[in-house]
Amino acid sequence: MNTHSTNSPNSLDTPNSWQMTFLPRYSRELSVGVVWLALLLTLAVVRPDFYSSTLRDTLIEAAPLLVAAIGMTLVILTRQIDISIGSQLGVCGVAAGLLAQQHVPMPLVALAVIALGALLGAFNGALVAWLRMPSIVVTLATLWIWRELLRWLRQGKFVNGLPANFQWFGLPEQPSIGGIKPGQWAIIGVALVIFALVACLLRWYRPVRAVLAVGSDQEAARLAGIRPPRVIFATFVALGAMVGLAALLTVVQLPQVDPKVGTGLEMQVIAAVVVGGTAISGGRGTLLGTLLGVGLFATIGTSLEFLHIPTHWNQAVQGGLILLAVASDALRRKPASD
Amino acid sequence: MLLSMQSISKSFGGVHALRDVSFQLLAGEVHALVGENGAGKSTLIKIITGAHRPDQGRIELDGQPLADLDPLSARAHGIAAIYQQPALFPDLTVAENIALASQGGKRSNWIHWNCRRREAQTLLDRIGARIDPDCEVRRLSMPQQQLVEIARTLGANARLLIMDEPTASLSQQESQHLFGLIRQLKQQSVGIIYISHRLDELPQIADRVTALRDGRIIGTRPIAEVDRDELIRMMVGRELSTVFPKQPVVTGDVALELKQLACRTAGISDVNLSVHAGEIFGLAGLMGAGRTELARVLFGITPASSGEIRVRGKSIVIRQPSDAVAAGIGYVPEDRRRHGVILEMSVAENATLAVLGRLSRGTLLNFVAERAQAQHDVRRLDVKTSSIETPVGQLSGGNQQKVALARWLATNPSVLILDEPTQGIDVGAKAEIHRLMQQLVSQGMAILMISSDLPEILGMSDRVGVMHAGALVGVLSRESATPERVLALALGPVSGNPAA
Repeated sequence: MNTHSTNSPNSLDTPNSWQMTFLPRYSRELSVGVVWLALLLTLAVVRPDFYSSTLRDTLIEAAPLLVAAIGMTLVILTRQIDISIGSQLGVCGVAAGLLAQQHVPMPLVALAVIALGALLGAFNGALVAWLRMPSIVVTLATLWIWRELLRWLRQGKFVNGLPANFQWFGLPEQPSIGGIKPGQWAIIGVALVIFALVACLLRWYRPVRAVLAVGSDQEAARLAGIRPPRVIFATFVALGAMVGLAALLTVVQLPQVDPKVGTGLEMQVIAAVVVGGTAISGGRGTLLGTLLGVGLFATIGTSLEFLHIPTHWNQAVQGGLILLAVASDALRRKPASD
Repeated sequence: MLLSMQSISKSFGGVHALRDVSFQLLAGEVHALVGENGAGKSTLIKIITGAHRPDQGRIELDGQPLADLDPLSARAHGIAAIYQQPALFPDLTVAENIALASQGGKRSNWIHWNCRRREAQTLLDRIGARIDPDCEVRRLSMPQQQLVEIARTLGANARLLIMDEPTASLSQQESQHLFGLIRQLKQQSVGIIYISHRLDELPQIADRVTALRDGRIIGTRPIAEVDRDELIRMMVGRELSTVFPKQPVVTGDVALELKQLACRTAGISDVNLSVHAGEIFGLAGLMGAGRTELARVLFGITPASSGEIRVRGKSIVIRQPSDAVAAGIGYVPEDRRRHGVILEMSVAENATLAVLGRLSRGTLLNFVAERAQAQHDVRRLDVKTSSIETPVGQLSGGNQQKVALARWLATNPSVLILDEPTQGIDVGAKAEIHRLMQQLVSQGMAILMISSDLPEILGMSDRVGVMHAGALVGVLSRESATPERVLALALGPVSGNPAA
């Protein structure tokens, strides 16, 4: 475990012990993990029946959030933001429903919505990366445009009459493991596979690693031979593709598709990413933090509901958490600046 | 011949940074590049690394023309640079920084961290740096970051290595270690372009030296044939053709006095100086000598840690810029576009920003008074603008500078600090700013002028203070200030034989 101090005889000038380099670097992941664990333990003591069904709902609800949050982490790491993902998810979700209604095979539906998401992301990304438009303004515009386009096309109509292979991918009710049906396992599994894949790429694959460099110092990245506009564009496309996948994982949970699906998703996702320790100023953050942030937020949401606490308190608690997280960053950074 | 540059020219917004520069580098050669601030050294190396594109000229590497060079293709050609300001990623660890850079293009895209950490450790050992590869770069000191930058560039296995002031923040021991490394690289026939203001270290490592001045090549000589004085002459030897409007003014009482002023965070130590009313005190020095840092201490941006500041005989404590304004100090900063004016705001809004209190009744701004003040300023400084409502960003550099000046003149300061007042502005506007400075001192203001433009320092100052490494190393009278003397002081004391 203590591999960080193997170089100690040579490293007198800098802090190098495990406490000095590991703990400060991953303090956010640790603290979010501890808070989440504490919440789960409290529930286990106070209301053990939380574990009978609500935890399952939590996991299934969190899966699409996690997929979108992974993409969002990449975008925020480059010092950009995308607030249009709720509308992207709406467009992709409705598209998935309409394709399935036409009896398009589900694997093709999946590929199509991922491609559609990537296309929507590419639109944002091109404007931000090459026209150098501020991402918050670009994506605020597309947030409204995609949503209004959807309203105009669907006139608020749900997508009904979906084939049997749509909900839960048409997987059977049995065998259920831990009270979770195969279709639900599929959703959770896809999210975890995406998480593991992107986490590995971010650590070991150089082109993805460049995301951190661009967010840390764009000019230094350029001088190091990285092309920042390409990297920024690619993160928006990746986010779009993941939102497309998240849309599929969301809409297959219900027998019909609501055209309002995804409304408000952007704020939930950004909140989870920020609480998970990704700096809004780019360059710093881990996917593990994002995973923990999503888990914590999802658990707070379902447990408050489970405890019959009015839902508006849910948002107040989430808001409080965001302030707490950002405040702890500000306090930690203070001594470093002049 | 490793690198050959022919007739390179580059200008930025009408200002010529390089004119018709031709430069050759042999394989296995250490070629030193010297010149004053703004002589064009940085522009030249940025053209070689592809960070800037030349307007004209040809670059050949091994006899092959290099067209459309960008940082990525320069790297692929084996060109690497150690920049004066380390271009590192503050949020990543040392090993990560080194790993990201050593991507020569042909390597696999997968990063093996254990391997990379070992590699980073090896590179750090080679330059004799004791730095933990797992430490985040933003937690390192400036000299440590410089060492990481050097290690990182070595990792790129370059054939052509550019070092811009690599020893600027290194200790004697670390510098010697670096020189040993440079000699090794020479034997591996790496070509090295070495930029340094430490003229004494050049004979130890360089083979040839080229002097640049005002964007032109002055000459290339074998290092054995030139001595320090000769190099200084090559760097400054220009005729003072520009006529400065400076006339003697009867000086009054001491307006600003600094006693043992020091600021640890800014690296300023024991500055003693006094500026009289009616006097222009020029502050010369190389980049990083601490001139701007001193101005920031005086203005309360990085408050002093010890010492005394007296304005018109009264001892004052300056903890933040508003204290300095209240004491009668005005500061027109160096980076006009970032700190001097707010580009999006109008001429009127910019000019009155520092005196809004006076132009307000309670918390409400009196627009009539604001407009009147702005009209007055525009006329007084002859700002060329279509109206006082024009955004400052639309004005020329010289007129932006006048607006920045107007803001501080409106506060009626007794001491005005001008940091690079004419940097990057055209000749006509420059002369106007100089005339204005003359007018202000004749009205009894004291001016502390920081400038890297030696003719400007010599032409406008009543006295010249020279800074080196955060300390004031000499004060010369107008009569005794010659370019050679100023530069000799700015380059620092002649060090003894370091091998001894």
